[in-house]
Amino acid sequence: MSNGTSMGSGKMRIRGLVRKEFLQIVRDPSSIAIAFLMPIVLLLLFGYGVSLDSEHVPVAIVVEQPGADTADFTAAFHQSRYFNPVMYANTRDAEQAMMAGSVNAIVVLRQDFAKQLRDPDGAPIQLIVNGVDANSARLVSGYVQGAWGTWLEHYAQLRGQKFEAPVQMEQRVWFNSELRSRNFLVPGLVALIMTLIGALLTAMVMAREWERGTMEALMVTPLSMSEVIVGKLLPYFVLGMGGLALSVSMALFLFDVPLRGSMWVLIATSALFLIAALGMGLLISTIARSQFVAGQLALIITFLPAFLLSGFIFDIGSMPPVVQFITHIVAARYYIAILQTVFLAGNDWSVIVPNALALVVMATLFLGVTWRKSRKRLE
Amino acid sequence: MTAASLAAYSPDQIALEVSGVSKTFHVGTRLVPALQQVGFRVRHGLVTGLVGPDAAGKTTLMRLAAGLLVPDAGSITVLGMDATTQSLAVQGAIGYMPQRFGLYEDLTVQENLDLYADLQGVPESARAERYRELMHMAGLEQFTKRLAGQLSGGMKQKLGLACALVRQPSLLLLDEPTVGVDPLSRRELWDIVYRLVREQGTSVLLSTAYLDEAERCDEVVLLHEGRLLAQGTPVELRATMQGRTYEISGNNLEKRVLLAKLTHVPGVLDGLIQGDHLRVVMEDTTPPDLEILLPGVSGMAMKPVPPRFEDSFVAMIKSKSGGKKFSSPIPAGKIVPGIAQTYPGKPVIEVNNLQRRFGDFYAVNNVTFSVAKGEVFGLLGANGAGKSTTFRMLCGLLPPSGGTLRVAGADLRHAAATARERIGYMSQKFSLYGNLSVIENLKFFSSVYGLSGKRGTGRISWAMDEFELGNIADFTSGDLSLGYKQRLALACALMHEPEILFLDEPTSGVDPLARREFWARINALAAQGVTVMVTTHFMEEAEYCDRIAIMAAGEILTMGTPGSIKQQTRTEKMPAPTMEDAFVALILAHEEATA
Repeated sequence: MSNGTSMGSGKMRIRGLVRKEFLQIVRDPSSIAIAFLMPIVLLLLFGYGVSLDSEHVPVAIVVEQPGADTADFTAAFHQSRYFNPVMYANTRDAEQAMMAGSVNAIVVLRQDFAKQLRDPDGAPIQLIVNGVDANSARLVSGYVQGAWGTWLEHYAQLRGQKFEAPVQMEQRVWFNSELRSRNFLVPGLVALIMTLIGALLTAMVMAREWERGTMEALMVTPLSMSEVIVGKLLPYFVLGMGGLALSVSMALFLFDVPLRGSMWVLIATSALFLIAALGMGLLISTIARSQFVAGQLALIITFLPAFLLSGFIFDIGSMPPVVQFITHIVAARYYIAILQTVFLAGNDWSVIVPNALALVVMATLFLGVTWRKSRKRLE
Repeated sequence: MTAASLAAYSPDQIALEVSGVSKTFHVGTRLVPALQQVGFRVRHGLVTGLVGPDAAGKTTLMRLAAGLLVPDAGSITVLGMDATTQSLAVQGAIGYMPQRFGLYEDLTVQENLDLYADLQGVPESARAERYRELMHMAGLEQFTKRLAGQLSGGMKQKLGLACALVRQPSLLLLDEPTVGVDPLSRRELWDIVYRLVREQGTSVLLSTAYLDEAERCDEVVLLHEGRLLAQGTPVELRATMQGRTYEISGNNLEKRVLLAKLTHVPGVLDGLIQGDHLRVVMEDTTPPDLEILLPGVSGMAMKPVPPRFEDSFVAMIKSKSGGKKFSSPIPAGKIVPGIAQTYPGKPVIEVNNLQRRFGDFYAVNNVTFSVAKGEVFGLLGANGAGKSTTFRMLCGLLPPSGGTLRVAGADLRHAAATARERIGYMSQKFSLYGNLSVIENLKFFSSVYGLSGKRGTGRISWAMDEFELGNIADFTSGDLSLGYKQRLALACALMHEPEILFLDEPTSGVDPLARREFWARINALAAQGVTVMVTTHFMEEAEYCDRIAIMAAGEILTMGTPGSIKQQTRTEKMPAPTMEDAFVALILAHEEATA
């Protein structure tokens, strides 16, 4: 075989592999499901179903002696979008409702509420919060305090008095001013979807070749192992970028998530992450030669960390130091930092550049190890 | 001829040379030797058969030759190149078909060809011509748009071969191409292989576990348990058996009893049932006396027959194992004679106009037969002929779409569970738990069948004695040799003393000695009144049956004793058809009639 023909047929071989891969993707319902159906389901689920905000929290309000002041106070709860107040005449009924789970908090206004309100010491109100879910308990207790403060201010103004608090807080929320959790969940989902396509799907289709004995037949052709790797990388890269296009358009047009940075930065960094994810998928397939093992490994090594340890839902800063340290080997962590910045803040290079560099390192590492580990041998 | 005498050939006559090759695999913490000091040569322009039972090391050798494995010791030279250091060049020069044909089932015939043409670097300009040639050869011209997964076993095999040949290789390696394929497709494959060799000068190394296929090769390399037994032409290998093989026929006597007696006579090397006859192989060429072989039995006739390849294989492994004979477990007092001839009493299995539809497709149609107590009944047919579907209905695993089905007196439509208690089932794929020990498997199966207390322990110790499993009781089942696995599987299937035993290709690929031992046990069971039902496409297993039914496209083509079926297809050109000849002739006649 002369040098010229072998170079030409290298292109031919990769073309053959890529064409085969696309035919298989189109004909295999499970590939389609992972590449297109799963992203849509996840986006709809997280976009519409999952919300980390507490709105319309059912709250029991116990007014022991109704009057003008108490009516005014409870009206403040009725008007708020954060609460669904339910009125009770005594504490015992309210406590039962809390036991039954139909309310998450109880606000008690005592008999002498109206009288004490005019005392210099002020009127105490009692707040009982269901603390089983610590996160929402904290939110609810914060909301109640806020509602209470606002009402008090309003009450003072109404009487021409000046409400004096020693410190005044001027609050402004940056980047996600409406505090919609959808705005940071949906960009984070892009990372999960790319992990599914890049790592899970790729590891599974490689394992399928081993399982069905086609890898053995491929190996006894003039294919080199790097051609096998490129032949898998190219199609799934295209598929992953398709998944990106799908998720980004759903984020922008369906969920109205703002894109404040540039689309090009988004595409370029996504491509980087996708290469890292493909590298992980191929690396898994050098160890796992059955689809079951490959699927399990990909879920445990790539998908779950991308879900739990990437800052997608749980803030990395508030994790214990050991876990924080572990998050550094999760590629999705860097990508999610970039995604949330590009979507909500803009082209902030001080975030984008170091995280993108980390992705370059990870992509090189995974692909490099795969390259070294794959030999054209069955052992 | 030995490997040494082949050294006389000049290097350019040698396509493949294996010298002193050893290969050991690590399985968990254990070392499993697959090949030990194997050496042989494959000559250009010939079909060389790599023949041996399962676990002989055939696939390992094929993979070593294809550069997919590295030998621990020794070297392999393929077309003048070292298979280890120049593996990429070797892979570019040979054609290779792995065991499951290496096809993409979700690609069409044409797309598979395109892929392999791309990978093998076949120039675009040459493709149309080459495709036409290959598709014609494989008889797949009309199926190029069909998905490979929807082809029959035989068609897949031919497509796999076409893909391996897309760029005409000078050496073709075929790893068990005929396994799981019906006899007709096997014949077609052999025709294609010989056409390649004769017309295009391709050298072929083909591995097979079917010993009868060795006779079709130009040269044979015989492997057993990782070692080279012999190399030579089939004629040379058979020659030592000349004058040592006889056929005994007669009437009115139970052939299984005779066989059990025969194998204990000094001077008899091997004996087996061939339909209505017995076949005997003697230890030397001294003509045997029927009076000594079967004392006190009258009305028998003996005539010399030509030796077969299997005879020499059995002789070789027996001489290696020190002439050890398998134990023949027929208890003399418990024999029910003459069952095969008379079929007394009510049938144990009764099938009437059985049908099974999947959508519009009739997998089984109008099947009627009955099996008597103590009879060994075989269902023969290619893949897709409806054997397995019939089998599943008989075991009560699949409800029939029409017809009646009675097994052990129970109507399977209403009392499948009752019938299942009386059924034992064993397949070649051994549905045992590989990571449990022998004793744990026995305990598990006895508890599954609800055998507790005294009866349970009694059956377990029966199994340990009867199948000589005592000294391997604590071995992990997955590590056992094929022969022992088979014994264990049979012991588990017999745990609850079933009246009917279902066997699904029980000895396909097993070495001839283990197969004889297995069938000796089955014969003993049948003689005790156990009814045995076998499905197989393995012709040698059919010879052990009292009666067989040949199935094609869901229907029974013919039914009868092996002898009578062979008789049906006897012609001037084919005066002594084998079971396989008969099978092929019947299928061809059926295809002609329906076409």
